[in-house]
Amino acid sequence: MTKPKKRINEILYFALKNKRLRVGLIVVLFFLILAFVGPLLTHYQWDAYVGPAYHPPSYEYWFGTTTFGQDVFTQFILGLKASFLVGIIGGGIGTLIGVLVGFTAGYHGGMIDEFLNMLTNIVIVIPTLAILLIISVYLKVRGVLIESIFIGFTAWPWAARAIRAQTFSLRSRDFVDLARISGIKPLKIMFTEIAPNMMSYLLMTFILQFGGAILIAATLDFIGLGPTNAISLGLMMNLAVLWGALPLGMWWWFVPPGAAIAAIVGALYLTNVGLDEVFNPKLRKL
Amino acid sequence: MKQYFTRKLFIYLLTFFIAVTIDWLIPRFMPGNPVQVLLARASLHAEAAKEMYSYYTKAFGLDLPLWKQYLNFWIAIFHGDLGTSILLFPQPVIKIIIRAVPYDIFLLLPSILLSWFAGNKFGAFAARTKWLDNTVLPIGYILTATPYMWLAILLGWVLAMVFPIFPLAYASSPAMKLSFSWIFIGDYLWHWILPFSSLFLVMFGGWAIGMRNMIIYELEADYSHYLEALGAPRKLVRRYAFRNAILPQVTGLALQLGIIMAGALVTEVVFSYPGIGYLILGAIQNQDFFLIQGCFLFIIIEVLIANFLIDVLYIIIDPRIRIGMGGKSA
Repeated sequence: MTKPKKRINEILYFALKNKRLRVGLIVVLFFLILAFVGPLLTHYQWDAYVGPAYHPPSYEYWFGTTTFGQDVFTQFILGLKASFLVGIIGGGIGTLIGVLVGFTAGYHGGMIDEFLNMLTNIVIVIPTLAILLIISVYLKVRGVLIESIFIGFTAWPWAARAIRAQTFSLRSRDFVDLARISGIKPLKIMFTEIAPNMMSYLLMTFILQFGGAILIAATLDFIGLGPTNAISLGLMMNLAVLWGALPLGMWWWFVPPGAAIAAIVGALYLTNVGLDEVFNPKLRKL
Repeated sequence: MKQYFTRKLFIYLLTFFIAVTIDWLIPRFMPGNPVQVLLARASLHAEAAKEMYSYYTKAFGLDLPLWKQYLNFWIAIFHGDLGTSILLFPQPVIKIIIRAVPYDIFLLLPSILLSWFAGNKFGAFAARTKWLDNTVLPIGYILTATPYMWLAILLGWVLAMVFPIFPLAYASSPAMKLSFSWIFIGDYLWHWILPFSSLFLVMFGGWAIGMRNMIIYELEADYSHYLEALGAPRKLVRRYAFRNAILPQVTGLALQLGIIMAGALVTEVVFSYPGIGYLILGAIQNQDFFLIQGCFLFIIIEVLIANFLIDVLYIIIDPRIRIGMGGKSA
């Protein structure tokens, strides 16, 4: 029992020493806390007309107000929360499907692999946006949840590909052969023998899917394919552009949402590189 | 090589088939009568609604048996008949789209290619060069994490509003007529710079970072160490590393195409640039179903063609596929 613990200690040591990882995690945590503490700091509804229009940031309206006098800070906080939700659900579903498809294809090989590969290639080519474009015309009310699910169901292909390749290289190792000869069922082999050996890889896949889902959601929201009953960071930018924030110079309306997305996703990418360096000693040189 | 192409072609044809099927299926698959759903969301006069109802029912061919509807859908597509637009009634959808596509291509092609080349060169150069790695690459991370529309909005705000150097909207001045004169081309380029730069910058960050990471992997590979041990000059080792690292970047380009397309669409929306993205926004706001359907097909076709070109490129740069050894990517 001492060995795994030692390994965890070692990982923790390198994790804490890694600057990229530290910076990335701090930024993500900051926004996460803001998303959950923020609602306590504001007593407005995001769509209520609470103050003067075109108001720059002030003590009363931290991020100013919109063309209609809505409080931008309230919208920002709620949008932040929606973004994290999309990241977790969309990224989670994307990773899960990617893992299942990748494991199955990589472990079984043969016809199953051929079929799943074809499926992956097809989903890669059809852009999420195009699918959502068609579907959204017919869905009258769309929530953040539905959007995340759609994103998850279209974002998995690259993860499946990467995990398939990893599984492929692991499945012919001795310990997997041993498990197979012992008569352990394939599903159990996947989860008890193969998965633990690529845990770090799966974690990094999830982080990238998380960031990707946030970006895709922002894009969809921006062209009006996002939630119809809630605010989101992408929708804020959409409204800002539609209602003339650019010509009117209302920077406080469109700068915060985009900056938050860039910061969160950038920090996630940075975390990912940091983790890579922690798990892979070869990369630690710098 | 022949097998490689046959395989790819098969996948693309299948993808196209599935995409068209989705395009056909969704209106019929969704709950409720599609015609009623569409009309309920477009606020029309009673008389106009009635006319639209009969138009839509006929256009969807809802009174025919399903297999016949499906067959007719394919026949219509091969005749280039994508229905009639509501947004720009009574123009046929295909004409509207074909008018928009050149704007897309002239915006996308240069930005994708230039950012890909520049990003790869720069990333390879920055890898294991400590000061570049620590100063410029963080910027790369921020760039690649930036939503396309936000960078577009920022550039538009700073360079068109705060410092009015470039125009904020449209592909050319409203007074200009489409022609092949130098004045028009100059005007066009003047409008083109901002959308191009915002697309270029976001993509550049991604490629630079990807290449930097790939090069580091390659420099740690056994063949690199062996070369180093033999006393090969640093430049030579890097050249070998680059040739290997470029392959996943080509695959990455294919993987990213969908996202890049989406990025181009929102950039067009910000700058009111008359490509397909701008069309889509109008189509969504006006519930112009046939226009949306047509844009969907064109996006798929564009992505398929681009994928095919990338496959050709892959053959050129990976000699293993050329001589029939398959290569490592499926």
